[in-house]
Amino acid sequence: MNLLLNTYRRPGSIGLLDAGQWDLLVRQARHANLLGRLFLRLQAAGVEDRIPERPHNHLLSGAVMAGEQRHAIRREARYLQEALEPAGIPVILLKGAAYVAAELPAAQGRLFSDVDILLPRARLADAESALQLKGWVSTATDAYDQRYYRQWMHELPAMRHVFRGSALDVHHTILPPTSRLKPDASLLMDASVELGKDLPGIRTLSLPDLILHSACHLFHEGEPNNLLRDLTDLDLLLRHLARDDAAWDELLERAGLLQLDAPLRLALRYCHSLLETPLPSHVQTRTGCLLGGDWVQRLRDAMYARVLRPQHPSTADALTPLARRALYIRAHWLRMPPQLLAYHLAHKAIFPARQDTHPLSTEKIELATGEKKAA
Amino acid sequence: MRIRDLSPAEFRQRLTGDGIRLAAGPFHCRLQSGIPDIAHELARLYAHHTLVGSQDFTDFHVSVQPGRGLRRWLAPQARFVVDAVEPFTPLPRNQALPMLEWGLNWCITAYSHHILVIHAASVARDGRAAILPAPPGSGKSTLCAALVNRGWRLLSDELTLIRLDTGQIMGLARPVNLKNASIDIIRAYAPDAFLTRPVLDTTKGTVALMAPSQTSVEAVDEWADPAWMILPRYRAGAEAELSPMGSGTAFLQLADNAMNYHVMGSRGFDTVGRLVDRCRNYRFEYSRLDDAIAVFDRLASGAA
Repeated sequence: MNLLLNTYRRPGSIGLLDAGQWDLLVRQARHANLLGRLFLRLQAAGVEDRIPERPHNHLLSGAVMAGEQRHAIRREARYLQEALEPAGIPVILLKGAAYVAAELPAAQGRLFSDVDILLPRARLADAESALQLKGWVSTATDAYDQRYYRQWMHELPAMRHVFRGSALDVHHTILPPTSRLKPDASLLMDASVELGKDLPGIRTLSLPDLILHSACHLFHEGEPNNLLRDLTDLDLLLRHLARDDAAWDELLERAGLLQLDAPLRLALRYCHSLLETPLPSHVQTRTGCLLGGDWVQRLRDAMYARVLRPQHPSTADALTPLARRALYIRAHWLRMPPQLLAYHLAHKAIFPARQDTHPLSTEKIELATGEKKAA
Repeated sequence: MRIRDLSPAEFRQRLTGDGIRLAAGPFHCRLQSGIPDIAHELARLYAHHTLVGSQDFTDFHVSVQPGRGLRRWLAPQARFVVDAVEPFTPLPRNQALPMLEWGLNWCITAYSHHILVIHAASVARDGRAAILPAPPGSGKSTLCAALVNRGWRLLSDELTLIRLDTGQIMGLARPVNLKNASIDIIRAYAPDAFLTRPVLDTTKGTVALMAPSQTSVEAVDEWADPAWMILPRYRAGAEAELSPMGSGTAFLQLADNAMNYHVMGSRGFDTVGRLVDRCRNYRFEYSRLDDAIAVFDRLASGAA
């Protein structure tokens, strides 16, 4: 049962939950990385005092964790600026870090494990050495992973700061150059906006581009554990965009220009059906995002219905593993030409990525999680 | 109903089935295992803890499970699983029981930011508590184990939980983790206490777990007022001696050992500050346990 989605949509319904359901709700929210966001949502709906003490502790803990990350990300953005500014490379934040730095509603309770930045491909080598001088090191250790990222991907292998332990993803565009869709990264950089205020000189993508990037990430990269979290990001971003009616047209035009109509259409479709994101009728008509569609669309709906749930055993059914597998392959299919895909999947079948675990220690808690392997 | 009221067969059946649901201080834990060999010792360690109903809210759903596939037979492993997630590298199967304990510690530190969690032992007498933060090897657990076998109440051996509202300590009364030489020292010092068989070659050396006393477990819900912060250090041949510590140093000691200090921002700072103000802060050197306990008893009676 998807208690998380029900509660997220109808905060008022928490009055009906018994202790066992609260238990399940907290577990689902933890698996979906949504504890903090759910807490803030219940708080905003004025029902915080109806949360029993034990679940309250867990939800609050999630929000506290996310609250601290807000400070950490701002500090990190300034360190990045210190490293890159002398080389004349601007810091353009993406995804979670951008939401937080720009104080968008999608920053609420957002947990993330790394900072993502975008810079021109031609400056990649300069940026990498500037970052290395200031203590960021590459985490990919095996030669295949290094080559996977450097030759085929839209980002460098993940970097990690030697002292602070903070993780960094350096992108030169938002989709792998081998993808079927080829959004022009220079358009994104040209439209980026400066934050001003307490982060002068630091930039983020513009709001429409943040939405398109989020959609693109959700439907092309698919980290199953964060799909629902990412969908709630999109919902919050779209509701924020909707303050200005003209912004919808800008979003649709932008999607056309960047060749991202398809992921945007899916984003609107699932945001509307799962999170009741309001969509003006002209947007529905122009994108056809709510139409029933052919068998391909129905198959896709069946798959996404399964992965856009908290990835907790309580919400899984017999087809969930298949849906996860199919979307993994679909994500790769969209990112690589067939020969390369076959080669990559064969390599991963023979040399599977090591499990993302670390030795048991109670000495410290990590804010950041795991290293990134070629997926 | 308490764990001791279950027959060994019933305990084992629940452990390998839906799980043992028990209250450890403020947390409800569900312990499960596909490794039935740990049942006997686990039941002894948690004998006095209360059982929690299966319909209640559970804070941590944890289990230790055997390795998969051939790993069951070749170099058998224990895997720690928290609600279907496996955050750690497996350990050799004979470490299943300590792994369960350490994993549970990890859950508390990783998921509880509504309280300040300090890496420290704490013991109480008449509602007043001594906090013992110390690096590994300082003899903290030995001293803690000795104190709780001489009339002090065990709050916690590893994690001291501070409420943000009242600044009081909530006890856990979970097993004490004894390492290396301290295992035999405590066996000799408190022959009545239950200790598990020593587990060799863990990352912490040889470890054994000591069951908390019945009185500690039954009084676990009485929060204690922090009264002393004592940084112990075992030094062979030393006389038991307290020396006052400045409040700045005391602050750093506590903040440095607070596992979620960096997550809590200004609330963490305020909570540690209040703690330092409420406590008398000392360094403590000792070698003989009886002398050390005499010093603690004098503190408790207000004579020191």
